[in-house]
Amino acid sequence: MRSLLQFLARFHVFFLFLALEVISLILIVNYNNFQRVRFLNSSNQLSASVYEMSSNLTSYFQLKRINEELARENAELQTKLQKLQVLDIFSHADTSVISDTTYQFIPARIINNSVNKQHNYVTLNKGLLDGIEQDMGIIGPDGVVGVVTNVSKHYSSGPSILNRRWRVSAKIKKNNYFGSLYWNGNDPQYARLNEIPFHVELAVGDTIVTSGYSSIFPEGILIGVIDEFNHDSGANFYQINIRLSTNFKTISHVELVKNNFLEEQINLEEQNTDD
Amino acid sequence: MIRDLLKYLIMLVVLVLLQALILNNIQFSGYVNPYLYVLFILLLPFETPRYLLLFMGFFLGLFIDIFSNTPGIHASATTFLAFLRPFAIDLISSRDTIEVNTPPRLSFMGFGWFLRYTLMLVLAHHLFLFFVEVFTFEGFIYTLSRSLLSAAFTIVLVIISQFLIFKE
Repeated sequence: MRSLLQFLARFHVFFLFLALEVISLILIVNYNNFQRVRFLNSSNQLSASVYEMSSNLTSYFQLKRINEELARENAELQTKLQKLQVLDIFSHADTSVISDTTYQFIPARIINNSVNKQHNYVTLNKGLLDGIEQDMGIIGPDGVVGVVTNVSKHYSSGPSILNRRWRVSAKIKKNNYFGSLYWNGNDPQYARLNEIPFHVELAVGDTIVTSGYSSIFPEGILIGVIDEFNHDSGANFYQINIRLSTNFKTISHVELVKNNFLEEQINLEEQNTDD
Repeated sequence: MIRDLLKYLIMLVVLVLLQALILNNIQFSGYVNPYLYVLFILLLPFETPRYLLLFMGFFLGLFIDIFSNTPGIHASATTFLAFLRPFAIDLISSRDTIEVNTPPRLSFMGFGWFLRYTLMLVLAHHLFLFFVEVFTFEGFIYTLSRSLLSAAFTIVLVIISQFLIFKE
């Protein structure tokens, strides 16, 4: 016993080193559990308020570009409104189809963002008090950005598409074949689309949109276009490279999507797995 | 003593903020990212006990982790750096080069010593960090080149910092 203690005392630095490394490793490996511990992620009050201060400062330098973005979005909405008004004139029938209440949108600003890691996250300046909840989708002016996984009182954060731990259900707009889209950790402008079988006809430039199956995003939100595709011999699916429509290096204003019937859908789907 | 403590505390806050707000947003040709915050561990006094060095390394890394959403990754790499530091110092200095009460800075230790010191430790830290981050040896060359380029960037910043701020 005594010699054991002596041994420990003699190499205490090495054992301390090992202990700290093991703690770090546990932190890394159990990452998904630790996401729920608010203290360790950037939606916590201290780091989020620092990020917001810095974002408040830098947002002034981006005002011009943001104005252009908003003007463009405004124009798109105007055209949509025009079309709806035309519809309205012709039909005095029930308008419940148009006033679909499944999805609700909440505007927010990105206060922290990265593109150079293997697991990139965005932090937003809206939180619980603004009606933000877990699993709300994040959509930018040019399409899908990410999903909310952590919410604190005034902030929320979650992975962007540029995160190897997150996948999104996507489909090819022209023929509705769907697969899962993920980032391979290299170029922030490109992602991969998987699970599209060989018999599907593809062309470079085909539009990729959300499938709506994940219930986080509404159907048909833009993600990107096909940049190139090929099939390896022996593989069952195409290798498809997608050029993302969102520029993650400059994005700043986004909207959060709330699915009002998310819980109902999940409960219903859980009954299937119980059988 | 109190003044030194205060000085190191200020340095810690400044380095963490600099890393989180500015350096983490630098992307040279995509993925090269300097991690200047290791400067804090490099500049601690020679007399710092080894266990304290390890704890400081761990918590410095954890701070950076909190700001960049990567629990454990920076903490493990910075602990590794803190563990290696005494060995690196032993390796490159003879008994009489180290005087009592001088911190390991360029102005005290000379350019050659400081460059070797920074080169060894920053390289070790960055290699550890980038390989733990991807958590695989797949794409070995790609990860290796990323860490080497970032390390070069960090080393340049460390040396520049010695001429700009810690001149005295």
